Amino acid sequence: MGGLTLRRILPATLLLAFLVAAPFFLSTYWVIILTEILTMSLFAMSFNLLFGYTGLLSFGQAGFFGAGGYFAVLTLLHGPPSLWVALAAAVVGTALLALVIGWLCVRLDEIYFAILTLGFGMMLFTTAHNWRSVTGGSDGLGGFTVPPLNLIAWQVSLFNPKYFYFLVLAVTLLGTLLLLRMVKSPFGLLLRATRENSNRVAFVGANVRRLRLFAFVIAGTLAGVAGVLFAIFNRIASPEMLHWSFSGKAVLMTVLGGSGVLLGPAVGAAIFYVLEHYITTFTTSWMIFLGAILVVLVLAFPKGVLGSVMEFFAQKRRGAAP
Amino acid sequence: MLQATDIHVYYGDSHVLQGVSLEVRSGEIVCLLGRNGAGKSTTMRGLVGVNPPRSGRVLFNGREIAGRPVYENVRSGLAFVPEDRRIFAGLTVQENLEVAQLPARPGRPAWTFDRIYEVFPLLAPLKIRKGGNLSGGEQQMLAIARALVGNPALLLLDEPCEGLAPVIVQELSRIIAGIKSQIPILISEQNAHFALSIADRGYVIDKGLIRYEGSRQELLSNTEVQSRYLSV
Repeated sequence: MGGLTLRRILPATLLLAFLVAAPFFLSTYWVIILTEILTMSLFAMSFNLLFGYTGLLSFGQAGFFGAGGYFAVLTLLHGPPSLWVALAAAVVGTALLALVIGWLCVRLDEIYFAILTLGFGMMLFTTAHNWRSVTGGSDGLGGFTVPPLNLIAWQVSLFNPKYFYFLVLAVTLLGTLLLLRMVKSPFGLLLRATRENSNRVAFVGANVRRLRLFAFVIAGTLAGVAGVLFAIFNRIASPEMLHWSFSGKAVLMTVLGGSGVLLGPAVGAAIFYVLEHYITTFTTSWMIFLGAILVVLVLAFPKGVLGSVMEFFAQKRRGAAP
Repeated sequence: MLQATDIHVYYGDSHVLQGVSLEVRSGEIVCLLGRNGAGKSTTMRGLVGVNPPRSGRVLFNGREIAGRPVYENVRSGLAFVPEDRRIFAGLTVQENLEVAQLPARPGRPAWTFDRIYEVFPLLAPLKIRKGGNLSGGEQQMLAIARALVGNPALLLLDEPCEGLAPVIVQELSRIIAGIKSQIPILISEQNAHFALSIADRGYVIDKGLIRYEGSRQELLSNTEVQSRYLSV
Protein backbone atom coordinates (compact mmCIF):
# COMPACT_ATOMS: atom_id res chain seq x y z
CA MET A 1 0.00 0.00 0.00
CA GLY A 2 2.46 2.62 -1.35
CA GLY A 3 3.65 5.70 0.43
CA LEU A 4 2.76 9.33 -0.02
CA THR A 5 2.58 9.64 -3.76
CA LEU A 6 1.46 12.77 -5.58
CA ARG A 7 -1.73 11.01 -6.54
CA ARG A 8 -2.59 10.58 -2.86
CA ILE A 9 -1.43 13.98 -1.65
CA LEU A 10 -2.81 16.18 -4.42
CA PRO A 11 -6.57 15.76 -3.80
CA ALA A 12 -6.09 16.14 -0.04
CA THR A 13 -4.02 19.31 -0.52
CA LEU A 14 -6.59 20.81 -2.89
CA LEU A 15 -9.40 20.04 -0.46
CA LEU A 16 -7.48 21.57 2.42
CA ALA A 17 -6.58 24.66 0.38
CA PHE A 18 -10.25 25.09 -0.49
CA LEU A 19 -11.33 24.74 3.14
CA VAL A 20 -8.71 27.24 4.35
CA ALA A 21 -9.48 29.78 1.61
CA ALA A 22 -13.29 29.32 1.70
CA PRO A 23 -14.12 32.07 4.26
CA PHE A 24 -12.30 34.62 2.12
CA PHE A 25 -14.50 34.16 -0.94
CA LEU A 26 -17.71 32.56 0.36
CA SER A 27 -20.59 34.48 1.91
CA THR A 28 -21.12 34.23 5.66
CA TYR A 29 -24.14 32.05 4.99
CA TRP A 30 -22.01 29.44 3.26
CA VAL A 31 -19.29 29.71 5.88
CA ILE A 32 -21.92 28.77 8.44
CA ILE A 33 -23.07 25.82 6.32
CA LEU A 34 -19.46 24.70 5.96
CA THR A 35 -19.05 24.95 9.73
CA GLU A 36 -22.03 22.64 10.18
CA ILE A 37 -20.69 20.25 7.55
CA LEU A 38 -17.32 20.03 9.26
CA THR A 39 -18.86 19.48 12.69
CA MET A 40 -21.11 16.73 11.40
CA SER A 41 -18.19 15.25 9.45
CA LEU A 42 -16.25 14.75 12.65
CA PHE A 43 -19.33 13.21 14.27
CA ALA A 44 -20.03 10.90 11.32
CA MET A 45 -16.38 9.88 11.00
CA SER A 46 -16.29 8.99 14.70
CA PHE A 47 -19.34 6.80 14.09
CA ASN A 48 -17.64 5.22 11.10
CA LEU A 49 -14.59 4.15 13.12
CA LEU A 50 -17.03 1.75 14.75
CA PHE A 51 -19.22 1.00 11.74
CA GLY A 52 -16.92 0.92 8.72
CA TYR A 53 -13.70 -0.15 10.38
CA THR A 54 -14.79 -2.29 13.32
CA GLY A 55 -18.09 -3.62 11.98
CA LEU A 56 -20.19 -2.34 14.88
CA LEU A 57 -23.39 -0.43 14.10
CA SER A 58 -23.94 2.03 16.94
CA PHE A 59 -27.26 3.77 17.36
CA GLY A 60 -26.03 5.52 20.48
CA GLN A 61 -23.34 7.69 18.97
CA ALA A 62 -25.48 10.79 19.44
CA GLY A 63 -25.48 10.07 23.17
CA PHE A 64 -21.76 10.90 23.27
CA PHE A 65 -22.18 13.79 20.87
CA GLY A 66 -24.83 15.33 23.11
CA ALA A 67 -23.02 14.47 26.33
CA GLY A 68 -19.95 16.31 25.03
CA GLY A 69 -22.11 19.35 24.36
CA TYR A 70 -23.68 19.27 27.83
CA PHE A 71 -20.35 18.72 29.60
CA ALA A 72 -18.88 21.74 27.83
CA VAL A 73 -21.88 24.00 28.44
CA LEU A 74 -22.13 22.97 32.10
CA THR A 75 -18.44 23.79 32.51
CA LEU A 76 -18.90 27.17 30.86
CA LEU A 77 -21.91 27.94 33.08
CA HIS A 78 -20.47 26.80 36.38
CA GLY A 79 -16.73 26.69 35.84
CA PRO A 80 -14.01 29.03 34.63
CA PRO A 81 -14.78 30.96 31.42
CA SER A 82 -12.30 29.05 29.28
CA LEU A 83 -13.01 27.11 26.10
CA TRP A 84 -10.00 24.91 26.73
CA VAL A 85 -11.28 23.89 30.16
CA ALA A 86 -14.75 23.22 28.70
CA LEU A 87 -13.25 21.13 25.90
CA ALA A 88 -11.05 19.19 28.34
CA ALA A 89 -14.04 18.52 30.60
CA ALA A 90 -16.02 17.22 27.62
CA VAL A 91 -13.15 15.00 26.45
CA VAL A 92 -12.64 13.46 29.88
CA GLY A 93 -16.37 13.16 30.52
CA THR A 94 -17.27 11.49 27.23
CA ALA A 95 -14.23 9.20 27.37
CA LEU A 96 -15.27 7.93 30.81
CA LEU A 97 -18.89 7.60 29.71
CA ALA A 98 -17.81 5.67 26.60
CA LEU A 99 -15.57 3.46 28.71
CA VAL A 100 -18.42 2.43 31.00
CA ILE A 101 -21.07 2.04 28.29
CA GLY A 102 -18.60 0.44 25.89
CA TRP A 103 -17.48 -2.04 28.52
CA LEU A 104 -21.04 -3.36 28.59
CA CYS A 105 -21.77 -3.08 24.86
CA VAL A 106 -18.69 -4.65 23.22
CA ARG A 107 -19.57 -8.07 24.64
CA LEU A 108 -22.01 -8.44 21.79
CA ASP A 109 -22.00 -7.55 18.13
CA GLU A 110 -24.32 -7.25 15.15
CA ILE A 111 -27.96 -6.45 15.97
CA TYR A 112 -27.42 -7.04 19.68
CA PHE A 113 -24.73 -4.36 19.81
CA ALA A 114 -26.96 -1.98 17.85
CA ILE A 115 -29.83 -2.53 20.29
CA LEU A 116 -27.61 -2.11 23.35
CA THR A 117 -26.21 1.18 22.05
CA LEU A 118 -29.73 2.28 21.16
CA GLY A 119 -30.81 1.52 24.73
CA PHE A 120 -27.96 3.41 26.32
CA GLY A 121 -28.44 6.29 23.90
CA MET A 122 -32.10 6.57 24.94
CA MET A 123 -31.10 6.48 28.61
CA LEU A 124 -28.72 9.39 28.02
CA PHE A 125 -31.41 11.24 26.07
CA THR A 126 -33.94 10.78 28.86
CA THR A 127 -31.43 11.95 31.45
CA ALA A 128 -30.84 15.15 29.47
CA HIS A 129 -34.55 15.56 28.84
CA ASN A 130 -35.88 14.95 32.37
CA TRP A 131 -33.17 16.17 34.73
CA ARG A 132 -34.47 19.72 34.61
CA SER A 133 -32.48 21.21 37.47
CA VAL A 134 -29.17 20.36 35.81
CA THR A 135 -29.81 20.09 32.09
CA GLY A 136 -32.67 22.53 31.63
CA GLY A 137 -34.95 19.73 30.47
CA SER A 138 -36.55 19.94 27.05
CA ASP A 139 -35.57 23.62 26.72
CA GLY A 140 -31.95 22.63 26.61
CA LEU A 141 -29.09 24.40 28.27
CA GLY A 142 -28.23 27.79 26.88
CA GLY A 143 -27.65 31.26 28.25
CA PHE A 144 -23.91 30.90 28.51
CA THR A 145 -21.41 33.36 27.13
CA VAL A 146 -18.83 32.05 24.73
CA PRO A 147 -15.46 33.18 26.04
CA PRO A 148 -12.77 34.16 23.54
CA LEU A 149 -10.44 31.38 22.51
CA ASN A 150 -7.14 31.80 24.32
CA LEU A 151 -4.26 31.13 21.93
CA ILE A 152 -1.56 32.45 24.29
CA ALA A 153 -0.66 35.52 22.22
CA TRP A 154 -4.16 36.10 20.86
CA GLN A 155 -7.64 36.19 22.30
CA VAL A 156 -9.83 35.15 19.40
CA SER A 157 -13.49 36.12 19.59
CA LEU A 158 -15.72 33.35 18.28
CA PHE A 159 -18.57 35.73 17.61
CA ASN A 160 -17.05 36.23 14.20
CA PRO A 161 -18.31 33.24 12.16
CA LYS A 162 -15.05 33.13 10.23
CA TYR A 163 -12.99 32.62 13.37
CA PHE A 164 -15.37 30.00 14.66
CA TYR A 165 -15.15 28.29 11.29
CA PHE A 166 -11.35 28.12 11.58
CA LEU A 167 -11.61 26.62 15.06
CA VAL A 168 -13.99 23.94 13.75
CA LEU A 169 -11.74 23.32 10.75
CA ALA A 170 -8.68 22.90 12.97
CA VAL A 171 -10.43 20.53 15.39
CA THR A 172 -11.99 18.44 12.62
CA LEU A 173 -8.65 18.27 10.82
CA LEU A 174 -6.91 17.07 13.98
CA GLY A 175 -9.65 14.49 14.55
CA THR A 176 -9.32 13.29 10.95
CA LEU A 177 -5.53 13.00 11.25
CA LEU A 178 -5.92 11.04 14.47
CA LEU A 179 -8.38 8.67 12.76
CA LEU A 180 -6.13 8.34 9.71
CA ARG A 181 -3.18 7.52 11.91
CA MET A 182 -5.26 4.92 13.75
CA VAL A 183 -6.73 3.12 10.78
CA LYS A 184 -3.34 2.88 9.07
CA SER A 185 -1.66 1.43 12.16
CA PRO A 186 -1.47 -2.27 13.09
CA PHE A 187 -4.31 -1.49 15.48
CA GLY A 188 -6.40 -0.32 12.52
CA LEU A 189 -5.59 -3.52 10.64
CA LEU A 190 -6.76 -5.52 13.63
CA LEU A 191 -9.99 -3.52 13.70
CA ARG A 192 -10.59 -4.35 10.06
CA ALA A 193 -9.79 -7.97 10.78
CA THR A 194 -12.32 -7.89 13.63
CA ARG A 195 -14.94 -6.51 11.29
CA GLU A 196 -14.37 -9.39 8.88
CA ASN A 197 -14.50 -12.10 11.46
CA SER A 198 -14.19 -11.54 15.16
CA ASN A 199 -13.52 -15.23 15.94
CA ARG A 200 -10.49 -15.34 13.71
CA VAL A 201 -8.88 -12.44 15.49
CA ALA A 202 -8.30 -14.58 18.57
CA PHE A 203 -6.14 -16.87 16.41
CA VAL A 204 -3.66 -14.06 15.88
CA GLY A 205 -3.48 -13.49 19.60
CA ALA A 206 -5.66 -10.39 19.83
CA ASN A 207 -8.25 -9.67 22.50
CA VAL A 208 -11.34 -8.73 20.47
CA ARG A 209 -13.19 -7.20 23.38
CA ARG A 210 -10.35 -4.90 24.30
CA LEU A 211 -9.85 -3.84 20.67
CA ARG A 212 -13.51 -3.00 20.33
CA LEU A 213 -13.60 -1.16 23.63
CA PHE A 214 -10.63 0.97 22.62
CA ALA A 215 -12.31 1.85 19.32
CA PHE A 216 -15.56 2.58 21.17
CA VAL A 217 -13.85 5.01 23.57
CA ILE A 218 -11.99 6.84 20.79
CA ALA A 219 -15.18 7.07 18.73
CA GLY A 220 -17.24 8.26 21.71
CA THR A 221 -14.67 10.90 22.65
CA LEU A 222 -14.42 12.28 19.11
CA ALA A 223 -18.21 12.40 18.94
CA GLY A 224 -18.13 14.33 22.22
CA VAL A 225 -15.67 16.84 20.76
CA ALA A 226 -17.95 17.30 17.75
CA GLY A 227 -20.82 17.84 20.20
CA VAL A 228 -18.86 20.62 21.93
CA LEU A 229 -18.43 22.42 18.60
CA PHE A 230 -22.11 21.90 17.79
CA ALA A 231 -23.33 23.23 21.16
CA ILE A 232 -21.11 26.31 21.01
CA PHE A 233 -22.12 26.92 17.40
CA ASN A 234 -25.83 26.81 18.32
CA ARG A 235 -25.26 28.50 21.71
CA ILE A 236 -27.27 25.68 23.28
CA ALA A 237 -27.00 22.03 24.28
CA SER A 238 -30.36 20.42 23.67
CA PRO A 239 -31.75 16.93 24.31
CA GLU A 240 -32.30 16.41 20.55
CA MET A 241 -28.52 16.14 20.23
CA LEU A 242 -28.70 12.84 22.15
CA HIS A 243 -31.76 11.39 20.45
CA TRP A 244 -31.31 8.18 18.49
CA SER A 245 -32.59 9.86 15.35
CA PHE A 246 -29.53 12.09 15.56
CA SER A 247 -27.40 8.93 15.59
CA GLY A 248 -29.37 8.00 12.51
CA LYS A 249 -27.97 11.09 10.79
CA ALA A 250 -24.45 9.73 11.23
CA VAL A 251 -25.57 6.39 9.82
CA LEU A 252 -27.17 8.12 6.85
CA MET A 253 -24.21 10.37 6.08
CA THR A 254 -21.83 7.42 6.33
CA VAL A 255 -23.84 5.22 3.99
CA LEU A 256 -24.28 8.15 1.62
CA GLY A 257 -20.57 8.98 1.45
CA GLY A 258 -19.13 5.50 1.84
CA SER A 259 -18.21 3.54 4.94
CA GLY A 260 -15.06 2.01 3.46
CA VAL A 261 -13.23 5.33 3.07
CA LEU A 262 -12.06 7.57 5.89
CA LEU A 263 -13.52 10.74 4.36
CA GLY A 264 -16.67 8.98 3.15
CA PRO A 265 -18.84 10.20 6.05
CA ALA A 266 -17.53 13.76 5.52
CA VAL A 267 -18.59 13.65 1.88
CA GLY A 268 -21.95 12.28 3.05
CA ALA A 269 -22.31 15.19 5.49
CA ALA A 270 -21.50 17.68 2.72
CA ILE A 271 -24.06 16.15 0.35
CA PHE A 272 -26.65 16.10 3.11
CA TYR A 273 -26.30 19.79 3.99
CA VAL A 274 -25.98 21.04 0.44
CA LEU A 275 -29.08 19.09 -0.59
CA GLU A 276 -30.94 20.38 2.45
CA HIS A 277 -29.99 23.94 1.52
CA TYR A 278 -31.23 23.70 -2.04
CA ILE A 279 -34.35 21.70 -1.41
CA THR A 280 -35.58 23.79 1.52
CA THR A 281 -35.53 26.88 -0.72
CA PHE A 282 -38.61 25.57 -2.54
CA THR A 283 -40.33 23.16 -0.15
CA THR A 284 -40.69 22.57 3.57
CA SER A 285 -41.13 18.82 3.24
CA TRP A 286 -37.57 18.37 2.17
CA MET A 287 -37.33 14.93 3.78
CA ILE A 288 -39.50 13.49 0.99
CA PHE A 289 -37.01 14.71 -1.59
CA LEU A 290 -34.06 13.69 0.52
CA GLY A 291 -35.54 10.20 0.80
CA ALA A 292 -36.02 9.94 -2.96
CA ILE A 293 -32.51 11.21 -3.69
CA LEU A 294 -31.10 8.80 -1.14
CA VAL A 295 -32.79 5.85 -2.80
CA VAL A 296 -31.25 6.82 -6.12
CA LEU A 297 -27.81 7.47 -4.64
CA VAL A 298 -27.71 4.22 -2.68
CA LEU A 299 -28.80 2.23 -5.73
CA ALA A 300 -26.32 4.00 -8.01
CA PHE A 301 -23.42 4.05 -5.53
CA PRO A 302 -23.68 0.94 -3.38
CA LYS A 303 -20.32 1.76 -1.79
CA GLY A 304 -21.25 5.35 -1.12
CA VAL A 305 -20.48 8.32 -3.32
CA LEU A 306 -16.82 8.70 -2.36
CA GLY A 307 -16.32 4.94 -2.07
CA SER A 308 -17.66 4.35 -5.59
CA VAL A 309 -15.66 7.24 -7.07
CA MET A 310 -12.44 5.94 -5.53
CA GLU A 311 -13.19 2.44 -6.76
CA PHE A 312 -13.80 3.79 -10.24
CA PHE A 313 -10.38 5.44 -10.30
CA ALA A 314 -8.68 2.40 -8.81
CA GLN A 315 -10.19 0.22 -11.56
CA LYS A 316 -9.19 2.69 -14.23
CA ARG A 317 -5.61 2.65 -12.99
CA ARG A 318 -5.55 -1.11 -12.88
CA GLY A 319 -6.96 -1.19 -16.39
CA ALA A 320 -4.28 1.24 -17.61
CA ALA A 321 -1.43 -0.73 -16.04
CA PRO A 322 0.06 -3.38 -18.33
CA MET B 1 5.65 -29.47 25.79
CA LEU B 2 1.91 -29.90 25.17
CA GLN B 3 0.16 -32.50 27.22
CA ALA B 4 -3.54 -33.23 27.31
CA THR B 5 -4.86 -35.59 29.95
CA ASP B 6 -8.33 -37.08 29.78
CA ILE B 7 -10.03 -34.10 28.15
CA HIS B 8 -13.80 -34.14 27.62
CA VAL B 9 -15.34 -31.73 25.14
CA TYR B 10 -19.06 -31.20 24.55
CA TYR B 11 -21.01 -29.48 21.83
CA GLY B 12 -24.06 -28.46 23.77
CA ASP B 13 -25.31 -31.73 25.26
CA SER B 14 -23.44 -34.05 22.98
CA HIS B 15 -20.35 -35.56 24.51
CA VAL B 16 -17.87 -35.45 21.65
CA LEU B 17 -14.46 -36.07 23.21
CA GLN B 18 -14.77 -38.72 25.87
CA GLY B 19 -11.40 -38.55 27.53
CA VAL B 20 -8.59 -37.85 25.09
CA SER B 21 -4.97 -37.88 26.21
CA LEU B 22 -2.04 -37.02 23.99
CA GLU B 23 1.33 -35.42 24.11
CA VAL B 24 3.63 -33.43 21.83
CA ARG B 25 7.28 -33.14 22.82
CA SER B 26 9.71 -30.58 21.54
CA GLY B 27 11.37 -31.41 18.25
CA GLU B 28 8.71 -33.78 16.94
CA ILE B 29 5.83 -33.83 14.53
CA VAL B 30 2.85 -35.75 15.83
CA CYS B 31 -0.19 -36.60 13.79
CA LEU B 32 -3.73 -37.19 14.89
CA LEU B 33 -5.43 -39.55 12.44
CA GLY B 34 -9.05 -40.44 12.08
CA ARG B 35 -12.04 -40.50 9.80
CA ASN B 36 -14.40 -37.66 9.22
CA GLY B 37 -16.27 -36.94 12.44
CA ALA B 38 -13.90 -38.94 14.61
CA GLY B 39 -13.08 -35.94 16.81
CA LYS B 40 -9.85 -34.61 15.27
CA SER B 41 -10.92 -31.01 14.88
CA THR B 42 -12.70 -31.08 18.22
CA THR B 43 -9.46 -32.19 19.85
CA MET B 44 -7.55 -29.35 18.22
CA ARG B 45 -10.22 -26.83 19.17
CA GLY B 46 -10.28 -28.20 22.69
CA LEU B 47 -6.52 -27.82 23.03
CA VAL B 48 -6.39 -24.20 21.87
CA GLY B 49 -9.54 -23.27 23.75
CA VAL B 50 -12.08 -22.59 21.00
CA ASN B 51 -14.21 -25.31 22.58
CA PRO B 52 -12.69 -25.53 26.04
CA PRO B 53 -12.79 -28.97 27.68
CA ARG B 54 -15.34 -29.39 30.45
CA SER B 55 -12.96 -31.64 32.32
CA GLY B 56 -9.41 -32.84 31.99
CA ARG B 57 -6.11 -31.01 31.93
CA VAL B 58 -4.14 -29.31 29.20
CA LEU B 59 -0.56 -28.45 30.09
CA PHE B 60 1.47 -26.21 27.82
CA ASN B 61 5.09 -25.65 28.83
CA GLY B 62 4.15 -27.00 32.24
CA ARG B 63 1.31 -24.54 32.75
CA GLU B 64 -2.39 -25.40 32.90
CA ILE B 65 -4.12 -23.69 29.98
CA ALA B 66 -7.54 -25.38 29.84
CA GLY B 67 -10.25 -22.73 30.10
CA ARG B 68 -7.97 -19.81 29.22
CA PRO B 69 -9.17 -17.54 26.39
CA VAL B 70 -7.89 -18.43 22.92
CA TYR B 71 -6.01 -15.17 22.43
CA GLU B 72 -4.00 -15.76 25.61
CA ASN B 73 -3.06 -19.26 24.50
CA VAL B 74 -1.99 -17.93 21.11
CA ARG B 75 0.08 -15.19 22.74
CA SER B 76 1.78 -17.68 25.00
CA GLY B 77 2.95 -19.55 21.90
CA LEU B 78 0.27 -22.05 20.94
CA ALA B 79 -0.53 -21.30 17.29
CA PHE B 80 -3.60 -22.74 15.65
CA VAL B 81 -4.39 -23.04 11.94
CA PRO B 82 -8.06 -24.06 11.73
CA GLU B 83 -9.28 -26.41 9.04
CA ASP B 84 -11.24 -23.82 7.08
CA ARG B 85 -8.10 -21.68 6.91
CA ARG B 86 -9.70 -18.47 8.17
CA ILE B 87 -7.47 -15.86 6.66
CA PHE B 88 -8.81 -12.30 6.52
CA ALA B 89 -10.27 -12.06 3.05
CA GLY B 90 -10.38 -8.25 2.95
CA LEU B 91 -6.76 -7.76 4.01
CA THR B 92 -3.81 -8.20 1.69
CA VAL B 93 -1.33 -11.04 2.14
CA GLN B 94 1.13 -8.66 3.78
CA GLU B 95 -1.57 -7.18 6.04
CA ASN B 96 -2.69 -10.67 7.05
CA LEU B 97 0.86 -11.24 8.26
CA GLU B 98 1.15 -7.82 9.93
CA VAL B 99 -1.88 -8.30 12.15
CA ALA B 100 -0.48 -11.58 13.42
CA GLN B 101 2.99 -10.41 14.42
CA LEU B 102 4.01 -11.17 17.99
CA PRO B 103 7.39 -10.72 19.67
CA ALA B 104 10.06 -13.37 19.03
CA ARG B 105 10.69 -16.02 21.62
CA PRO B 106 13.98 -15.64 23.53
CA GLY B 107 16.73 -17.80 22.09
CA ARG B 108 15.01 -18.39 18.75
CA PRO B 109 15.40 -16.53 15.50
CA ALA B 110 12.37 -14.36 14.78
CA TRP B 111 10.01 -15.16 11.90
CA THR B 112 10.52 -11.96 9.96
CA PHE B 113 8.50 -11.22 6.83
CA ASP B 114 11.61 -11.84 4.71
CA ARG B 115 12.07 -15.24 6.24
CA ILE B 116 8.39 -16.06 5.71
CA TYR B 117 8.58 -15.18 2.01
CA GLU B 118 11.71 -17.32 1.72
CA VAL B 119 9.98 -20.35 3.24
CA PHE B 120 6.77 -19.67 1.30
CA PRO B 121 8.04 -18.58 -2.11
CA LEU B 122 4.50 -18.88 -3.52
CA LEU B 123 3.38 -15.96 -1.35
CA ALA B 124 6.19 -13.56 -2.23
CA PRO B 125 4.71 -12.28 -5.49
CA LEU B 126 1.25 -11.97 -3.90
CA LYS B 127 2.05 -9.48 -1.11
CA ILE B 128 -0.51 -6.89 -2.15
CA ARG B 129 -3.17 -9.37 -3.27
CA LYS B 130 -6.31 -9.54 -1.12
CA GLY B 131 -6.58 -12.72 0.91
CA GLY B 132 -9.98 -13.47 -0.58
CA ASN B 133 -8.51 -13.52 -4.10
CA LEU B 134 -6.05 -16.32 -3.35
CA SER B 135 -6.48 -19.94 -4.39
CA GLY B 136 -7.21 -22.53 -1.74
CA GLY B 137 -3.59 -23.65 -1.66
CA GLU B 138 -2.29 -20.09 -1.39
CA GLN B 139 -4.75 -19.42 1.42
CA GLN B 140 -3.48 -22.47 3.27
CA MET B 141 0.13 -21.28 2.87
CA LEU B 142 -0.90 -17.86 4.14
CA ALA B 143 -2.73 -19.36 7.10
CA ILE B 144 0.38 -21.30 8.11
CA ALA B 145 2.64 -18.30 7.44
CA ARG B 146 0.37 -16.14 9.55
CA ALA B 147 0.62 -18.59 12.42
CA LEU B 148 4.42 -18.54 12.13
CA VAL B 149 4.86 -14.72 12.28
CA GLY B 150 3.37 -14.96 15.75
CA ASN B 151 6.62 -16.76 16.64
CA PRO B 152 4.82 -19.71 18.23
CA ALA B 153 6.41 -22.38 20.39
CA LEU B 154 4.12 -25.06 18.98
CA LEU B 155 1.94 -25.28 15.90
CA LEU B 156 -1.47 -26.95 15.67
CA LEU B 157 -2.45 -27.68 12.06
CA ASP B 158 -6.00 -28.84 11.57
CA GLU B 159 -6.42 -30.87 8.36
CA PRO B 160 -4.05 -28.77 6.27
CA CYS B 161 -4.49 -30.90 3.12
CA GLU B 162 -8.24 -30.83 2.95
CA GLY B 163 -9.37 -29.94 -0.55
CA LEU B 164 -5.92 -29.11 -1.88
CA ALA B 165 -4.46 -30.24 -5.21
CA PRO B 166 -1.76 -32.94 -4.99
CA VAL B 167 0.96 -30.56 -6.16
CA ILE B 168 0.11 -28.15 -3.34
CA VAL B 169 0.09 -31.00 -0.84
CA GLN B 170 3.62 -31.80 -2.00
CA GLU B 171 4.69 -28.19 -1.49
CA LEU B 172 3.10 -28.29 1.94
CA SER B 173 5.05 -31.39 3.00
CA ARG B 174 8.23 -29.73 1.79
CA ILE B 175 7.50 -26.66 3.93
CA ILE B 176 6.52 -28.65 7.01
CA ALA B 177 9.65 -30.79 6.70
CA GLY B 178 11.65 -27.57 6.44
CA ILE B 179 10.30 -25.97 9.60
CA LYS B 180 10.18 -29.21 11.56
CA SER B 181 13.58 -28.70 13.20
CA GLN B 182 12.46 -25.32 14.53
CA ILE B 183 9.01 -25.94 15.85
CA PRO B 184 7.05 -28.95 17.08
CA ILE B 185 3.80 -29.57 15.23
CA LEU B 186 0.60 -31.41 15.97
CA ILE B 187 -1.19 -32.11 12.72
CA SER B 188 -4.63 -33.64 12.36
CA GLU B 189 -5.29 -35.48 9.11
CA GLN B 190 -7.69 -37.76 7.35
CA ASN B 191 -5.02 -38.33 4.76
CA ALA B 192 -2.88 -40.89 6.63
CA HIS B 193 -0.56 -41.27 3.69
CA PHE B 194 0.39 -37.58 3.81
CA ALA B 195 0.53 -37.38 7.61
CA LEU B 196 2.72 -40.44 8.03
CA SER B 197 5.12 -39.19 5.40
CA ILE B 198 6.07 -36.30 7.70
CA ALA B 199 5.17 -37.31 11.28
CA ASP B 200 7.38 -39.04 13.81
CA ARG B 201 4.52 -40.43 15.86
CA GLY B 202 0.79 -40.62 15.67
CA TYR B 203 -2.47 -41.16 17.45
CA VAL B 204 -5.59 -42.69 15.97
CA ILE B 205 -8.87 -41.25 17.15
CA ASP B 206 -12.36 -42.65 16.63
CA LYS B 207 -15.72 -41.73 18.18
CA GLY B 208 -14.03 -39.32 20.56
CA LEU B 209 -11.48 -41.75 22.00
CA ILE B 210 -7.82 -42.42 21.22
CA ARG B 211 -7.78 -45.99 19.86
CA TYR B 212 -4.15 -46.45 19.00
CA GLU B 213 -0.84 -44.77 19.53
CA GLY B 214 2.48 -45.57 17.92
CA SER B 215 5.54 -44.55 15.98
CA ARG B 216 5.42 -43.91 12.28
CA GLN B 217 6.70 -47.45 11.54
CA GLU B 218 4.17 -49.05 13.84
CA LEU B 219 1.33 -47.12 12.26
CA LEU B 220 2.53 -47.83 8.74
CA SER B 221 2.81 -51.56 9.37
CA ASN B 222 -0.38 -52.03 11.37
CA THR B 223 -2.86 -52.93 8.67
CA GLU B 224 -5.57 -53.82 11.15
CA VAL B 225 -5.65 -50.30 12.65
CA GLN B 226 -5.48 -48.87 9.18
CA SER B 227 -8.46 -50.72 7.88
CA ARG B 228 -10.53 -50.36 11.00
CA TYR B 229 -10.08 -46.67 11.76
CA LEU B 230 -8.57 -45.08 8.69
CA SER B 231 -9.74 -45.14 5.15
CA VAL B 232 -6.43 -46.08 3.59
